[in-house]
Amino acid sequence: MKKKNITTILIILAIYIGVFLLTDVTGIIGPYYQVNIFLAGINIILALSLNLIVGFTGQLALGHAGFMAVGAYVSAVCTMKLGIPFIPAVVVGALAAMLIGLVIGLPTLRLRGDYLAIATLGFGEIIRGLVVNIEYVGGAAGINGIPKKTTWTMLFLFVIITIAVIKNFINSSHGKMCVSIRDNEVAAEIMGVNTTYYKTVAFSLGAFFAGLGGALYAHYFFLIQPTTFTFARSFDILVMVVLGGLGSITGSILAAIGVTFLNAVLVDFGAIRMVIYALLLILVMIFRPQGLMGTKEFNLQSLLGFKGRGGKNAKNN
Amino acid sequence: MQSVWEQFIGLLFFYVDMDKSTNRTCINIGFQVKLKVMIFKSFIVERGISLETFLAQVINGLSLGSIYALIALGYTMVYGIIQLINFAHGDVLMIGAFAGYFAVAILKMPFWFAMLFAMLISGLAGYLIERLAYRPLRKSARLTVLITAIGVSLLLENGGLVVLGADYKAFPLAIVKKSYLLFDGVITITNHQLLIFGVTIAMMVLLQYIVNYTKIGKAMRAVSYDKEAAALMGINVDGIISTTFVIGSMLAAVAGVLLGLYYQTVHPLMGLMPGLKAFVAAVLGGIGIIPGAMLGGFLLGIVEALVSGYWSTNFRDPVVFGLLILILIIKPAGLLGKHMKEKV
Amino acid sequence: MLKTTNVSMIFGGLAAVSHLNLEIKKGELVGLIGPNGAGKTTVFNFLTGVYVPTEGDVEFNNKRLNGVKPNKITSYGIARTFQNIRLFASMSVLDNVKLASYWHDNYSMLDAILRLPRYGKMEQEMDKKALQLLEIFGLADKAEMKATSLPYGEQRRLEIVRAMAANPELLLLDEPAAGMNPQETQELMALIGRINKEFGLTILLIEHDMSLVMGVCERIYVLEYGKTIAEGTPEEIKNNPRVIEAYLGEEA
Repeated sequence: MKKKNITTILIILAIYIGVFLLTDVTGIIGPYYQVNIFLAGINIILALSLNLIVGFTGQLALGHAGFMAVGAYVSAVCTMKLGIPFIPAVVVGALAAMLIGLVIGLPTLRLRGDYLAIATLGFGEIIRGLVVNIEYVGGAAGINGIPKKTTWTMLFLFVIITIAVIKNFINSSHGKMCVSIRDNEVAAEIMGVNTTYYKTVAFSLGAFFAGLGGALYAHYFFLIQPTTFTFARSFDILVMVVLGGLGSITGSILAAIGVTFLNAVLVDFGAIRMVIYALLLILVMIFRPQGLMGTKEFNLQSLLGFKGRGGKNAKNN
Repeated sequence: MQSVWEQFIGLLFFYVDMDKSTNRTCINIGFQVKLKVMIFKSFIVERGISLETFLAQVINGLSLGSIYALIALGYTMVYGIIQLINFAHGDVLMIGAFAGYFAVAILKMPFWFAMLFAMLISGLAGYLIERLAYRPLRKSARLTVLITAIGVSLLLENGGLVVLGADYKAFPLAIVKKSYLLFDGVITITNHQLLIFGVTIAMMVLLQYIVNYTKIGKAMRAVSYDKEAAALMGINVDGIISTTFVIGSMLAAVAGVLLGLYYQTVHPLMGLMPGLKAFVAAVLGGIGIIPGAMLGGFLLGIVEALVSGYWSTNFRDPVVFGLLILILIIKPAGLLGKHMKEKV
Repeated sequence: MLKTTNVSMIFGGLAAVSHLNLEIKKGELVGLIGPNGAGKTTVFNFLTGVYVPTEGDVEFNNKRLNGVKPNKITSYGIARTFQNIRLFASMSVLDNVKLASYWHDNYSMLDAILRLPRYGKMEQEMDKKALQLLEIFGLADKAEMKATSLPYGEQRRLEIVRAMAANPELLLLDEPAAGMNPQETQELMALIGRINKEFGLTILLIEHDMSLVMGVCERIYVLEYGKTIAEGTPEEIKNNPRVIEAYLGEEA
């Protein structure tokens, strides 16, 4: 067990130092690509948070960008207008998003599938529509000049924390209860799972991390507007989750990185990019709906030749 | 100074009050109604809101509502039959609008021919979408189909942007606009608006006839109740589903052409918002229920017109979605809907 | 222990169950039979809180069950299996069983997220208890397999194990022998008997297989079109003309 952990830590450190060297120290990876690395990191957080709600708990939520917006705006207001330092501001932003998640979740989580989807979509639009009309946060122009406090170290830290928290949550009794809701809500309830409670937990936790992603986004891309958080963004995140595999943590991570870079490669193509995207999405849905990983996880251990306890690694299948 | 809303609510209670004080039912129901109309009128005039403006807004709302109703019908029929929220429906409207534009502006067809042409093109589009994107997923999870539907919508929108260009095209004034004054100038209505009403009502009557009095309509209803049983009865389920899509798409085309005429523009993204709002209308009235789509459409149109007229156009969209949330929480089955229990 | 008084379940004008009076004493093994569509599963549904009875009262250990949420009813001590298997398809056999025990024995979310020692300790205990239960039912060697990869008969058995992991006092079994061959049915009968005697669980059983019902139940209720048409010991039911009529043509 110990050996496995050390290897994981080493790999994580390697990634951190590697990117750090490549970007800040040597400048091998120029600013253009740096943007994408940061965006990828933020998207990892967003994808994981959405996967928690949609992939693991089976609740179809379409307004995720709304939570991101709350985190972004609240944290920006904290740092810029209330003089609160970066990390607390980010946490406050995330908590605000979580609160909104609770408020929205309470009435909508008892709705069935499609209705829940539309309700969350509606809420996302309402949040955006309201933000446009609030002058304190800049209305339609948004907030500009947000201090660029999201460094690689900060981002990396938050990404690792997000992955750790979500992974630990999922691989625990509480996570299993969420999954049971997805697999068979009626049976779960009859087996003693308080489905309303756990749906709300998943929803709020997802909202929390979405807010976190939003806060980090705001403090890197220094400008946020209502148009940053449209349904298109929610859909973007959903695509990452679906392509990576609903219910797979590694899938979301890989897909988030992949989609971010795919977007970057195709950015000059304008509307054609979206056409390709949409076609790709439809084809994947028809021919491989389980996405890249399905519900499987990528096991570094098995890859590197460590033998786990019997079939323990198969548990996540 | 009380807000509009406070006064409006006050008026409602005033209504109730009046009801109680003139308690005698035998005495002049007519008098009561006349009294209420007088009060209502004076309320509006008193606030400096002219009756003309109010009615103009209501008529705007009804026009808009008709369009929503036409689109909502398509949504509700498809949902009723395969429980799918066809996100691409608004974009089929766009296809119809562009087909109509093409027919009128380029092929110089007369308006009604253009309308028929648009219906044909949209019908074909609807058929293809169902056949290629949704039918393969008939047995898949809800999420999968939903995502595919969104994908199709994005495909059509962006495909439109690529092929048709991002600029707004001017829809020619195929029918010259004329205004009519009714009731001593209290109501102003244009022939366009009358056209929209007329066509919408005609379409609805036609649809009701088809659904309730023809064999195909019967088959459609059967499939929406129980697909397997219908198949066992010898009904060509796939064919019926395709037919539903085609009919819905044709209605969307009508809506699209009317929209194009009304606002005199067409644009690849023109179906997005109307589509979404028409969906709200369908849910409002009761998704899967045809009269519900009509009711929801008109209601939503009026609400939207009043909100943008008397409050602010900024709040138009949030209010529409707020209405959606409200109905989903209070009565998810919609105003005309019935609650279905899940089988365990 | 369990008592329903004049319970009716009406769906849009159709009475799935009407005026049902059921009584089960602690430790009994009672059967519920009747032709298809008689309303048997409906009974299970309002015993577990899935439906709220339109009329009448359902009482369990002097607690009223009407309108109580299913997961709360589980905490009162009722567990069930389903007519159509409702296992958690993506989870392993072991996880399916453990899940049912979470409501009465669990660590907190904080323990989980921070991987505090309580997490590790309790996970071990839960594993042990679940494995013990699986052992008794002969499924322990398949603990890590995906639940739906088991053969049909074993999946049904797993459902029963899962229900038992919920620590019930009353166990509701919905057609546990469906799809089983005679030998499997015999094994199931022995199992059910064991659960009743050794574990001291009260059992209410819906079944179509008459050999199982007659062989294992102390008392039987017969339902037709939502109404009880007979009640008594297997002997009495076997010879009841009304029952025979309802099952016209079926072997008793």
